[in-house]
Amino acid sequence: MSSNMLDTVGVADATPDEKQPYAELGLADDEYTRIREILGRRPTQSELAMYSIMWSEHCSYKSSKVHLRQFGQKNPKTPRLLAGIGENAGVVAIDDHLAVTFKVESHNHPSFVEPKQGAATGVGGIIRDIIAMGARPVAVMDSLRFGELDHPDTARVLPGVVEGVGHYGNCVGLPNIGGETVFDPCYQGNPLVNALSVGVLPRERLQTMQASGIGNVVVLLGAKTGRDGIGGVSVLASATFDEDDDSDSRPSVQVGDPFTEKLLIECCLELFDAGLVVGIQDLGGAGLTCALSETAAAGEGGMHVDLELVPLRAGGMEPHDILASESQERMLAIVAPANVEQVLARARRWGLLATAIGEVTDTGRLIVDYHGQTVVDVPPESLADEGPVYHRPIAEPNDLGLIAVDRAETLPRPSTDEDIRQTVLDMAASPNLCDKSWITEQYDSSVFGNTVLGAPHDAGLVRLDERTGVGIAISLDGNGRYARLDPYIGAQLSLAEAYRNVAVTGATPIAVSDCLNFGSPEDPHVMWQFERAVTGIADGCRELGIPVTGGNVSFYNQTGREAIHPTPVIGVLGVIDDVARRIPLGLGSTGDTIALIGATAEELSGSEWAWAMHRHLGGVPPKVDLGHEMRLADLLSRLAGTEQLSAAHDLSAGGLAQALVEAVCHSGMGANILLPEGADPFTYLFSESSGRVLVVIPRGQELAVRSACEQRGLLITPLGVADASTDGLHVRDRFDIGRAELEAAWKGRIGAVLGE
Amino acid sequence: MARVVVDVMLKSEILDPQGEAVLGALPRLGVNNVKSVRIGKRVEIEFDDAETAAAVEEQSQIIADRLLANPVIENFTVSVPGEDAA
Repeated sequence: MSSNMLDTVGVADATPDEKQPYAELGLADDEYTRIREILGRRPTQSELAMYSIMWSEHCSYKSSKVHLRQFGQKNPKTPRLLAGIGENAGVVAIDDHLAVTFKVESHNHPSFVEPKQGAATGVGGIIRDIIAMGARPVAVMDSLRFGELDHPDTARVLPGVVEGVGHYGNCVGLPNIGGETVFDPCYQGNPLVNALSVGVLPRERLQTMQASGIGNVVVLLGAKTGRDGIGGVSVLASATFDEDDDSDSRPSVQVGDPFTEKLLIECCLELFDAGLVVGIQDLGGAGLTCALSETAAAGEGGMHVDLELVPLRAGGMEPHDILASESQERMLAIVAPANVEQVLARARRWGLLATAIGEVTDTGRLIVDYHGQTVVDVPPESLADEGPVYHRPIAEPNDLGLIAVDRAETLPRPSTDEDIRQTVLDMAASPNLCDKSWITEQYDSSVFGNTVLGAPHDAGLVRLDERTGVGIAISLDGNGRYARLDPYIGAQLSLAEAYRNVAVTGATPIAVSDCLNFGSPEDPHVMWQFERAVTGIADGCRELGIPVTGGNVSFYNQTGREAIHPTPVIGVLGVIDDVARRIPLGLGSTGDTIALIGATAEELSGSEWAWAMHRHLGGVPPKVDLGHEMRLADLLSRLAGTEQLSAAHDLSAGGLAQALVEAVCHSGMGANILLPEGADPFTYLFSESSGRVLVVIPRGQELAVRSACEQRGLLITPLGVADASTDGLHVRDRFDIGRAELEAAWKGRIGAVLGE
Repeated sequence: MARVVVDVMLKSEILDPQGEAVLGALPRLGVNNVKSVRIGKRVEIEFDDAETAAAVEEQSQIIADRLLANPVIENFTVSVPGEDAA
């Protein structure tokens, strides 16, 4: 077969023995054999491209599927859940009228190759998932992980990623309401860029991806199709980076256009409101291939497409290029024939291309013609739903026993008050704990005027309805070190932290989205970590009574044989009846009581202190008590409602010391602290025991708060008072750190290292 | 005078939103016969007079590759205007 001859179904029938590059496209021998069985012939080039994309790890979840089933099996039943796993994004009801959809997704590999565009298109992609559910996107968040702050490649990757996240979010006009940034050498060759978007919709506007209604028209909406990231999914997202990756073999990257995305948002919402679309699907990682096969499989099962109608940006594109292209800012709409003219006209008014490219049929086959010649004729569900499912081997890593006994509790600790004082300052200046405003200031956090809390608060909080004041809080948290020590506990610690961060604002947690970042699934040790982490999240969500509504899995995050720490990133969404009653960060006003809710044990293994001061990672992570977290969340939501707290702050990395540093730096107050009698000052300040919150209680409310804690069996310990005349952090009988010294340590570190 | 011109263009397969915007605006001028617009940048660099041609060439390549262009998504060419005349 000559290379310029179209590989049609007829040609495939006639040339059964044609050698095909399935291995280069990432398909295994048995997978290729199965494709031939499904089709009863060899696949055409276009079909081969489609199977290789849809059966890749990224699209088919072939290694993770058997484990992810746990979410469905263990998810608590809740009437709030309107759409769950398997949809573009989960949808939860807020009240009788409003619903919210949110999802977190990874764009790790593209962001390493081209940090700015990789991160930008990550944000663009997750926003389209939100649109596809019928929602107006209202905010984004980002969870970022890089190598060491002072590594030269971090100076390339970090500013690029931050610029990309900011560029896309700012241009499209969505506030960035928070997230996290973590540095660890394990992410040196594999930075993690996880983006979350949240949208709001009237409940009746919920959309589906079904291509239903025989004779309905398939309309491609948005940007032209070019050679963006062709093969990106199968090559970019499913291949480990080789050390000697040279520039010529660099996969092509996609460039997004946020202004087109903004038009897509407005156009789609108008089409939804006018009731003009039957089904809608975004074009994401696998382009038309994925959108066509998923909508067809979810609907009547049959679809006919004339591929030459797709508007192209580049010349010389073959059918398989068009099917595989990852050009950004495109959506696929299913429209009744009577409405097609109106849809095209409305899209034109928004300055968007809209093209009828096919129709829904009753053939049960997805048929793609190119200038009248059939290049694809497949059962769509064989692409979308019936991809390979692997039960990958699982093996507990051999080093876990050794790691568990290498406890951080045995490390040398600062002994004198002066040493502890210095440790507070050194920790505050460490990359993971220092002020992140160099990053967050590049993001618009307040566009729309509905942002109530953004970075650096524990959770982002946005108002949904000006009349009722109802709002949502979201937090995005992960801890790869804890998950490395124990993936089950580590995943639950992240879940508990995100849950608590939402609760600390006064909101009630109602739903979860997760982004699971792991190494190669072909490594049994990685698979073991994955299975344990998923089980931890599923068990945790069942206990907390909040469902996992969706998310994504990112495998192959490794360079050579070195995998990243297993890094499940958990997004928890909460609802608050009136955002005016949210609890802020800070120290309230002079005379308010500072207290700690929750118990402090000697738990230093996996802590920020062990890592920042000793480069140590070993031992057993802190205990998780989800029942305690639920009582704590119930308490905080009650106290927010009765306005009996003037401030609150979650204790996590860096323990009480860091929580105090941040509270002082975010308020005009000083903190006058007396550590409890008999407590070891170092442990009390730096332990990372879970389930603790620093609260600030207005004068006169101490007894009420104490009794509310006691009713729920929660330990509350008064620590001191907020005082405008105290300069910075005063720990009585121990040490003083003036505000100027504290801020000098905590602020400006990132900008200073990156040379700006 | 050692004067070097670096031209930077997005690779052909990469979307150029700026070019697309210009293309989209052309019909408003009554121009309807344009198929494609691609926008790049031109950078003019002047070296100290004492530099040798070889050093200028080598450093220009480094400057273009490491700072002016993003080789992942852009191509560049380095040229020395008037080189023929010299």
